[in-house]
Amino acid sequence: MLTILFDGISTGMLLFVLAVGLSVTLGLMNFVNLAHGAFAMLGGYVTVIAMQRFGVPFLATLPLAFLIAAVVGVILERTLYVRLYGRPHLDQVLFSIGLVFMAIAAASWAMGSSPQNIRLPEELKGRFDVFGVGIGRYRLFLTVVCGVLAVALQLVLSETRFGSRLRAAVDDARVARGLGIDVQTVFALTFAVGSGLAGLGGALGAEILGLDPGFPVKYMIFFLIVVTVGGSSSIVGPFLAALMLGIADVGGKYFVPEIGSFVIYALMIAVLIVRPNGLFARPGR
Amino acid sequence: MTMPLLPTSRADAVASAKAFLGAQSRVRPLEIAFWLLAFAALFVGRSHHLLLAEITILALFAVSLDLILGYAGIVSLGHAAFFGLGAYAAGILAQSGHGDPLSGLVVAAGVAAVAGFVSSFLVLRGADLTRLMITLGVASLLYEAANKMDWLTGGADGLQGILIGPLLGRFDFDLYGTTAFAYALGVLFVVMLALRVVVHSPFGHALRAIRDNRLRARAVGIPVERRLVAVYTLSAAIAGLAGALSCQTTAFVSLDVLDFHRSAEVLLVLVIGGSGRLYGAIVGAVVFRFAQDVLSAMTPQYWQFWVGLGLVILVLIGRDRLDDLGRAIVARILPARRSPEGTP
Amino acid sequence: MTLALETIGLKKTFGGLTATNDVHLRLEKGARHALIGPNGAGKTTLINLLTGVLAPSAGQIRLDGVEIGGMGVEARVRRGLGRTFQINQLFPDLTPIETVALAVSERSGRGGDWWRRVGTRGAVLDEVVDVLERFGLTERMREPTRTLPYGKQRLLEIAVALATKPRVLLLDEPAAGVPEGERHEILEAVEALPKDVTVVLIEHDMDMVFRFAERITVLVAGAVLTEGTVAEISDDPRVRAVYLGEG
Ligand SMILES: Nc1ncnc2c1ncn2[C@@H]1O[C@H](COP(=O)(O)OP(=O)(O)OP(=O)(O)O)[C@@H](O)[C@H]1O
Ligand SMILES: [Mg+2]
Repeated sequence: MLTILFDGISTGMLLFVLAVGLSVTLGLMNFVNLAHGAFAMLGGYVTVIAMQRFGVPFLATLPLAFLIAAVVGVILERTLYVRLYGRPHLDQVLFSIGLVFMAIAAASWAMGSSPQNIRLPEELKGRFDVFGVGIGRYRLFLTVVCGVLAVALQLVLSETRFGSRLRAAVDDARVARGLGIDVQTVFALTFAVGSGLAGLGGALGAEILGLDPGFPVKYMIFFLIVVTVGGSSSIVGPFLAALMLGIADVGGKYFVPEIGSFVIYALMIAVLIVRPNGLFARPGR
Repeated sequence: MTMPLLPTSRADAVASAKAFLGAQSRVRPLEIAFWLLAFAALFVGRSHHLLLAEITILALFAVSLDLILGYAGIVSLGHAAFFGLGAYAAGILAQSGHGDPLSGLVVAAGVAAVAGFVSSFLVLRGADLTRLMITLGVASLLYEAANKMDWLTGGADGLQGILIGPLLGRFDFDLYGTTAFAYALGVLFVVMLALRVVVHSPFGHALRAIRDNRLRARAVGIPVERRLVAVYTLSAAIAGLAGALSCQTTAFVSLDVLDFHRSAEVLLVLVIGGSGRLYGAIVGAVVFRFAQDVLSAMTPQYWQFWVGLGLVILVLIGRDRLDDLGRAIVARILPARRSPEGTP
Repeated sequence: MTLALETIGLKKTFGGLTATNDVHLRLEKGARHALIGPNGAGKTTLINLLTGVLAPSAGQIRLDGVEIGGMGVEARVRRGLGRTFQINQLFPDLTPIETVALAVSERSGRGGDWWRRVGTRGAVLDEVVDVLERFGLTERMREPTRTLPYGKQRLLEIAVALATKPRVLLLDEPAAGVPEGERHEILEAVEALPKDVTVVLIEHDMDMVFRFAERITVLVAGAVLTEGTVAEISDDPRVRAVYLGEG
């Protein structure tokens, strides 16, 4: 029972790392980026390739997954995404679906369409008992890493100069520009970090979420749930939403396997009916 | 304020307004030519009839999306929900021994309409993103439900043992797909006839008003919610028709009909052809299907890549500009008609 | 005698900001009333409350003696409350004919018709043309609204509001942004509105206000500072201080 709760929490933390970038791009640029999962997939494949072809140890591939996803993210942001800020949401949706299709085809061309396995190092395998609660080592590792990231992000946002600029830009890009904040650079940096985190999440999550070319579509709705339910006005909302989603998903699949993901979709729709702007959104926005 | 109020000038103005509205909904030569050509295709090139039936069904599906996207301005990422429901309804009906196509069609449209009516209340509120999520969520929900209820739907294996009776009790569905094509084309034709009335009616104009400016639409007295519920239901019913046709002409339904890629695809089809003018959906379906054929002949497994690239380029160039281009071409083919801009 | 429009203790707060504070308005039938006040006084907010775009925090609104505070926007329009917007709210892709026809169709209960073309009922088009002619819009009535000059769009704002046959018409700065030389056109249109329609005009241009209005309400920081005849208001030192002094 508590094991399931713990598994749910770790899945939730992972979802948070995967989706937090999307929440910021949405809040900051008001951009619906359905291709966010493609960056996560990229990170996952970076880890696979680095481990299988170059024998890099798992832990060492993680920063690589972050970096490469971030670099690809910033290149795409500067060259393509930037042209679509302020365009109708339909255009953004079409554009990012296009990217998703390209990413899926490219992934199956380069890596084949079968799911990839990641060989975890021995010390992260298996589980151990704490007061009768079975805890997977890898799950614990996930929780710690993602927890540290979440705290770090919150600190960066609330304590640093960059954080306050970012918040100003989220509140009102025009005013921020008027205050002399270089909104473009803030956008690009944020996009890079967001994509990088997605890449890292993809690498971390390959073990429990699986990794195949269909990843961006399969988990798109999960990311979107985190963002819409959590609201995009802070990262606390998405964090709580991701935790709830993780617990609901793991619990739902364990206790009522016959209805599978049904629970989550139904919950999301219910939340959006009651609170169209998300569960944790500031009122009046 | 100093316009002379002579009776003649006023009568002229009324006549001019009347002529303007009439011209908008007048049947164009191009339209007649298109339908003549389409029906003529029934009598030649039998080997292509299956493909043409498929295109016709895709066009019908895209037309249904055009109603909510092009006219009412609702972006949906889950329109396959209604297509899939229609397909399953028709399939399950046929499987249980009621193989008459037309009655199956009616039932399927009814089922999809009910689902559309119920879910329409969910898409009324909230911003674009919320609507995207709700439409996507409803479709995912149905997909998951169909997946789990394998006693009814056959789950991942698809619906087995669909037996479709002859059309109108006389025409069997043949291997070439001639009956299928005739059937699908007939349905599309009837739907288009009906919709060209609808879009030029006060109801149709109200939809465009809601799309353009909801605030003002309300201030004009348009009951926005009621209109949206109506159009969403209508759109779902037509998508259900398309789904039923697809099931009946192929005697097969699988989870694929509810899949996300189908919702994305129909969005693409509509955008290629241009939204908000009914016939765009048909043009889009033809272009899309041929592009799909050519691309998958070139790179069988990865044609999706080219679709994606097409989407990206299309958006970057700008849908408006493509629109203008399309209009310019049409204007060159049909020169010197003083026809107003806009929907045919 | 019942009032055309009455508000009782109307109040609206946005977070900590009180945009409308205990407003009591009383308008007689056929009144020509002006609502003035400095920028941010809460004039547009008041209109949004009256028309149902915003929900009041407290207070009542009566149209012809009937409480309308709980009704939706379109229900109020149907009951005869029309408005224009300070910033154009039109249908860019629709022509003036279609725009005005929408209002006429809805008002005459034909808005839900889906089986016949707009304007096949003769009476609808007659009425559309009447309204367009009144505002000098017939010349370009067949062109999409977005291609119309700004001044014409401002006139269309009033035209479409009048087409809903309002008993009370709220005009939110109808001449806003219109170049000096064309303002008279708007003023003439406003002055020529039917006498039986109760008109509330929001306007910063004092000449226009004094020419048009019989009575004036002065709004400051969400609250009514004073209300009175044109003469009373123009002589009121407080009004001069807070409002006229500024401009
Ligand atoms: N939706 C809203 N949320 C928060 N504050 C609002 C909102 N609408 C208006 N306000 C605030 O309420 C106050 C009154 O605004 P309002 O637009 O009613 O003023 P106004 O008198 O129409 O001004 P103007 O002459 O510039 O048109 C302003 O301080 C404005 O910032
Ligand atoms: Mg104002």
